[in-house]
Amino acid sequence: MFEILDKKILAPGVKLIKVKASLISQKALAGQFVVIRVYEKGERIPLTIADKDEKEGSITIVFQEVGKTTKLLGKLERSEYILDVVGPLGKPSEIDKYGVVIGVGGGVGIAALFPILKSLKSYGNYVISIIGGRSKDYVIYRDEIENLVDEAYITTDDGTLGRKGLVTDVLKELLENRKIDRIWAVGPTIMMKVVSEVTRPYNVPTIVSLNPIMVDGTGMCGGCRVTVGGEIKFTCVDGPEFDGHLVDFDELLLRLKTYKEEEMLALKILEESEANRIESSKD
Amino acid sequence: MKVLKTKTSMPEQPVKERIKNFDEVALGYTEEQALIEASRCLQCKGAPCIKGCPVNIDIPSFIRLIRERRYDEAIKKIKETNNLPATTGRVCPQENQCEALCTLKKVGEPVAIGRLERFVADLELKEGIEIPKIEKRYDKKVAVIGSGPAGLTVAGDLAKKGINVSIFEAFHEPGGVLIYGIPEFRLPKRIVRAEIEYVKNLGVNIYTNIVVGRTITIDELLKEYNAVFIGTGAGAPQFLNIPGENLVGIYSANEFLTRVNLMKAYRFPEYDTPIKIGKRVGVIGGGNVAMDAARTALRLGAEEVHVLYRRTEEEMPARYEEIIHAKEEGIRFNFLVAPVKFIGDEHGGVIGVELQRMILGEPDSSGRRRPIPVPDSNFFFPLDMIIVAIGTVPNPLISMTTPGLAISKHGTIIIDETTGKTSKERVYAGGDIASGAATVINAMGAGKIAARSIIKHLLEEN
Repeated sequence: MFEILDKKILAPGVKLIKVKASLISQKALAGQFVVIRVYEKGERIPLTIADKDEKEGSITIVFQEVGKTTKLLGKLERSEYILDVVGPLGKPSEIDKYGVVIGVGGGVGIAALFPILKSLKSYGNYVISIIGGRSKDYVIYRDEIENLVDEAYITTDDGTLGRKGLVTDVLKELLENRKIDRIWAVGPTIMMKVVSEVTRPYNVPTIVSLNPIMVDGTGMCGGCRVTVGGEIKFTCVDGPEFDGHLVDFDELLLRLKTYKEEEMLALKILEESEANRIESSKD
Repeated sequence: MKVLKTKTSMPEQPVKERIKNFDEVALGYTEEQALIEASRCLQCKGAPCIKGCPVNIDIPSFIRLIRERRYDEAIKKIKETNNLPATTGRVCPQENQCEALCTLKKVGEPVAIGRLERFVADLELKEGIEIPKIEKRYDKKVAVIGSGPAGLTVAGDLAKKGINVSIFEAFHEPGGVLIYGIPEFRLPKRIVRAEIEYVKNLGVNIYTNIVVGRTITIDELLKEYNAVFIGTGAGAPQFLNIPGENLVGIYSANEFLTRVNLMKAYRFPEYDTPIKIGKRVGVIGGGNVAMDAARTALRLGAEEVHVLYRRTEEEMPARYEEIIHAKEEGIRFNFLVAPVKFIGDEHGGVIGVELQRMILGEPDSSGRRRPIPVPDSNFFFPLDMIIVAIGTVPNPLISMTTPGLAISKHGTIIIDETTGKTSKERVYAGGDIASGAATVINAMGAGKIAARSIIKHLLEEN
């Protein structure tokens, strides 16, 4: 049982929780993730570790409520418990002094990008961030990132914050005008695909953090397998970070849809049961 | 007295019913049946059967105790050397072990040793397990990595000697392959849980959600524990590495079985973990895991389940009993075929496999006849779900994160088989992580060897 020490709402449907997990907090490095199970009948899902506090023995997780499991997680309040948290899993980001590094973050991926940028900065890199979201309210971790990096750019689809457009618009301009040594992209799969396409002609190494469907997270099921450079890789043990220029994103996008129907059904049942509960509490 | 030449048959769930549920297929002996079967034992002086048992159960003695209706003594006799009798009574390949050496085989069928073991083990579970008194406790601590058959055996044996044992398990539930791999209808999870409860009651602590190699390392454990036993099994699935293997609808047997057994996907949406199920399911492989996967797919509602195997029935590594059960249930067997590539539709979903016909050549290193491809024999075999059950290899997590641990080219941990010692001081290993994928009972046998040598090292040498 893992206690929730703190909880914040970062954006509509996006929540941050700080979870007591001493052993994990001592080991967690940028780029790693945990697998959680909310309750006895729950499924196991991977979530990136956004931050940690070794003294407090806590890790921070940021997630978007998209399916039943994340919705149930979002309902848990401070001093309530998550049944299972296991980690830190996956290989840590390969942090080094590269020179000028751009971190591209989209949606909830911005939270996962944050520890990588922090780590890159501590290695003496010149760090540029490009973060974006649908609109102003969806750009999370804005202050933390702006205070950390050397240059910060923001884009929104509707222009309510920063520049109107996509993160890749800014990225293209930077690649055109500056020498960039390395790029990290963390966000929706489609964003990471487009970023990799944009950087390919410039030959800038581009690291992406993949988020396939997982069960165990320790290399025993192969559900998270992706094709990287024509080879089968397990995201949970060989990744989650890979060379974006080698990843078969189209295959990953199809695999992510495997359980679309089941996910919708589970969500529908959850919402109906909530509606019933509200209905019956009225009586 | 005339010896009964055939085994007393064990009641089973009728085929028509059992293919629609996950309840256990084999129902176990009644007392009357057990007594008849026990009476067949010749009580051979030399007890050849014991030599076939990896954990050296005193088989004639426990059968004699059954004959005398001293059931609680019979189970105690078994538990002297076997901590998980209700499990092994169900899943051991007795036909290749104890029963293979039974004297009765000369005139007919061997004594059904496994069924008798199960009978007394189940009886004890029903009537309440007696926990042996631990005479003396020592100030020694051992960490056991993995809570499968090897780990539970080491932990049980050490705890009985009065050594403090902590098991570290990566999953949220202990049991290893007994929980995530072997299906409910062959090994009910309540049985596994009861046997784990027994090991816990011997004083063993089990910590779940700890991935050794990530959450904590072997070197860190060695600072706190006098010895470490690695029993992490062969948990990493192998794939065929042919085109199309990442199409939607292709599973490793590990993933398929873990979703169904551990995560209870067969009860979706009551449980949250989903599973896809095809109308025409193909299972690639010929071992016990392939049989488990095929029979599970059938129970989930597949209309047709095809086992695709590159050799013939004779070379199948699966237990004979499992092949028979699968056949009774309507699983179709396609022999002498090997997959060449998987074929998908425009949505990335699998629609079939291209198979190539094989013929058998000379025996290979495994002693089985090697399959040889027949040129220009490829054909399309339509399937909408495929389960790859071609074996597992050790998970590299511990070998990657433990300096000084010698690893073979197959990824297994190198041990001295007579002691379970690895190349690293105070570190022992056994089971599939050292041998490569094998059976539950072999892992338990290796666990016993390691436990003996840990006891010797901790209690006698110091």
